[in-house]
Amino acid sequence: MDPLSGYGWMLISGFGLTLGVAISSMIGAILIGLIAASIKFSRIKIVRLIVGLYTTVIRGVPELVLLLLVYYGLPTLIQDIAGNMGYQVRLNLNPFIAGIATLSFIYGAFACEALRSAYLAIPKGQHETIIAFGFSRLRGFVWIIAPQLLRYALPALGNVWLVLLKATALISIIQLPELMRMTDMAARATRQPFTFFLVACLAYLLVTLISMWGQKYLEQWASKGIVRGAV
Amino acid sequence: MNINAIIEGLPRFIDGVIITVTYAGGSLLIGFFMAIPVALMRSSRNRFFYWFSTGYVTFFRGTPLLAQLFLVYYGAGQFHHELDVIGLWDFFREPWFCAIFTLTLNTTAYTSEIWRGGLQAIPKAEIEAARACGLSDFQLLRHIMFPRALGIGWPAYTNEVVYQIQATSLVSVISVMDITGVARSIASRDFVYYEAFLFAAALYLLLVYGFIAFSRLVEKKLHRHLKDTTT
Repeated sequence: MDPLSGYGWMLISGFGLTLGVAISSMIGAILIGLIAASIKFSRIKIVRLIVGLYTTVIRGVPELVLLLLVYYGLPTLIQDIAGNMGYQVRLNLNPFIAGIATLSFIYGAFACEALRSAYLAIPKGQHETIIAFGFSRLRGFVWIIAPQLLRYALPALGNVWLVLLKATALISIIQLPELMRMTDMAARATRQPFTFFLVACLAYLLVTLISMWGQKYLEQWASKGIVRGAV
Repeated sequence: MNINAIIEGLPRFIDGVIITVTYAGGSLLIGFFMAIPVALMRSSRNRFFYWFSTGYVTFFRGTPLLAQLFLVYYGAGQFHHELDVIGLWDFFREPWFCAIFTLTLNTTAYTSEIWRGGLQAIPKAEIEAARACGLSDFQLLRHIMFPRALGIGWPAYTNEVVYQIQATSLVSVISVMDITGVARSIASRDFVYYEAFLFAAALYLLLVYGFIAFSRLVEKKLHRHLKDTTT
């Protein structure tokens, strides 16, 4: 007998969407993090200040509030501004885009911190060596700095991924049919909420455990050039 | 921009702040102490204690808080009769109870890892010195190990408090009127989406950075015997 009363396919499709949202948001977060981290080293004070404000605000505001602000607040804000200028616009955000944008924006701040401290962990002599060997800045970054950046940033980025994965559940609140939303619908239809939410929890747990295992291997792979005990 | 709606809603926002602080503070307080036995069980050689506590911590750290909240609040309905028989149904049908129950179980799991890390980081010589002074097991824990673990774990615990203040925003999903709940209700009633959510975000920022400032003071007190080496 099927314990999920034929609703298993709903959970599976929701699970797929959850993974899709999580992976897209992680890519977005790393890109935003890279840009923000490089700006933090910029010599122009005002842009440094803006990035500093961005990471400070993101750390102090709940994900749910930011999500609601982007999904419900942003369209009305744009409508208000356009209305003041004499234009009539109707704007509705797609929950999929709003969700990925918000999560990328939030976890970009955390990825920024991870990448910044990884960059600072690279010994100064490496930069000098790049110049001494006549590498161009781009070649030096791609072949010398980036691989080490990856090694130093992996533990922190792994944590960002684990937290981000769990945060995707929030997007169910703006009606995106990901795992939590599908589970909620199936739970209501079958009147077996405990069974369904437990299955959903176990699905998240499974991805978390696989990710932790994968992270261990990635970290080993990224530091294969390092002789243990020599650092 | 409609500021009047926010000003009119100010008393409700203040109630929301009280709810947020109560839920976060209550769950943190209970979790702080509940985490101690969990941390000791995690370091225990008894296999039942070890696996029970490890399973609990892994589940609550590896799944989204929203899923846990739904599992308890909606899931309890599936066990209506059983809970009725043991007299707990009156609690589990109340959103406030389910919210604090879930928040507490969640923070206990995270806090127990902080306690465990702190206890493991204590230099062995200090414990041997305490033993040499003739302290009993209980005295050793009470006067040496717990205060030291607290000092070591305090920065991590500050993060946990900040996380918990933000995590309480999820209780608005099961109709508790915390800051986010009030913002959602005012936003949809008066059609002031970005105003209400921006104001809610500002309140959270105030709470979070207010706590961080307070936590710095506590940290100085915890490390007062190390005055020369810390700032």
